[in-house]
Amino acid sequence: MPEQNEPEKRPERGDERYRQELEELQKVDFALVELSLYLDTHPNDIQAIQQFNQLAHKRAQLAHAFELRYGPLMQFGHSFTRYPWQWKDTPWPWQV
Amino acid sequence: MHDGQWREWHPYVSPCDPCPPIKTKWYVVPPNQFIPFQPMNLPQFPLDEALRRGTLWPALYSPYPSKQKTKGG
Amino acid sequence: MWIYEKKLQYPVKVSKCDPRMARYLIEQYGGADGELSAALRYLNQRYSIPDKVIGLLTDIGTEEFAHLEMIATMVYKLTKDATPEMLEAAGLGPHFVNHDNALFYESAGGVPWTATYIQAKGDPIADLYEDIAAEEKARATYQWLIDMTDDVDIQDSLKFLREREIVHSMRFKEAVEILKADREQKKVF
Repeated sequence: MPEQNEPEKRPERGDERYRQELEELQKVDFALVELSLYLDTHPNDIQAIQQFNQLAHKRAQLAHAFELRYGPLMQFGHSFTRYPWQWKDTPWPWQV
Repeated sequence: MHDGQWREWHPYVSPCDPCPPIKTKWYVVPPNQFIPFQPMNLPQFPLDEALRRGTLWPALYSPYPSKQKTKGG
Repeated sequence: MWIYEKKLQYPVKVSKCDPRMARYLIEQYGGADGELSAALRYLNQRYSIPDKVIGLLTDIGTEEFAHLEMIATMVYKLTKDATPEMLEAAGLGPHFVNHDNALFYESAGGVPWTATYIQAKGDPIADLYEDIAAEEKARATYQWLIDMTDDVDIQDSLKFLREREIVHSMRFKEAVEILKADREQKKVF
């Protein structure tokens, strides 16, 4: 297999930068999971709701940037796709 | 084991026990056992630390050191 | 409905080829107090629990599937390139002759997953106490698994999962309090 694009080093799924950017998303998403469970039992905590909405906004931005670079995070129309269909692209989460 | 989450107890040792006795046994009592209902506005970990520790709130954090690692395994 | 997200909840790393540990981790994949049991238990109880705590059961049940995927990732990485000889040396010979290196919902002792692991009594207090017990039992299993490996990267993921059990247990306890009295209006200090 001829090695092409060697000097350019485009971001690629599974590489170090991919893992770093994924972790930035995982940090925000984890806080959102924690706040979701907390709000399920504290539905009147207005400060937690504000923090939840701020993080949800940040999450949308991070996920959008991540998907532009590495392809869709979600299926069934929650993410856009390029041609050809990107969903099948490796690595899958357990393969990274 | 000095974070206040551990309790020790001393099992009865019989002179007829075949294995060398473990004189002190430990168990952990995680902090959720002492919080009936989480108060609002508890201090939070920064987000990167929260992910690493598995919780957003220091009040719910329970460390668990591996017994293998302390043995130097 | 559910929508899959193509990422793990937590960055799982495995630094040592150790099929023996995969054999033990399977307990949290298809064991009584494992992540499959947890997810199915909570998502099934939703249909008969009072409306106030349906949201909580839905969210925790959903998070459990993310934990199931983390366990699967560890098992996958620990057995991916293991030869039949290595699997046999790790005590996985009986698994190999039936499943090759496929994952299977079974306990560390090789017992296939069964619906009898999960309960649904239709009584909200009984169901939530089962959930609290399940979280504490899973926490204990994670402790013994952490004790069984010297791979600090696996320990790291298992410590994350152990802490999640503590948080889930906390929330289920709060759900009991909510059902005992209308605590939503009340600030508790």
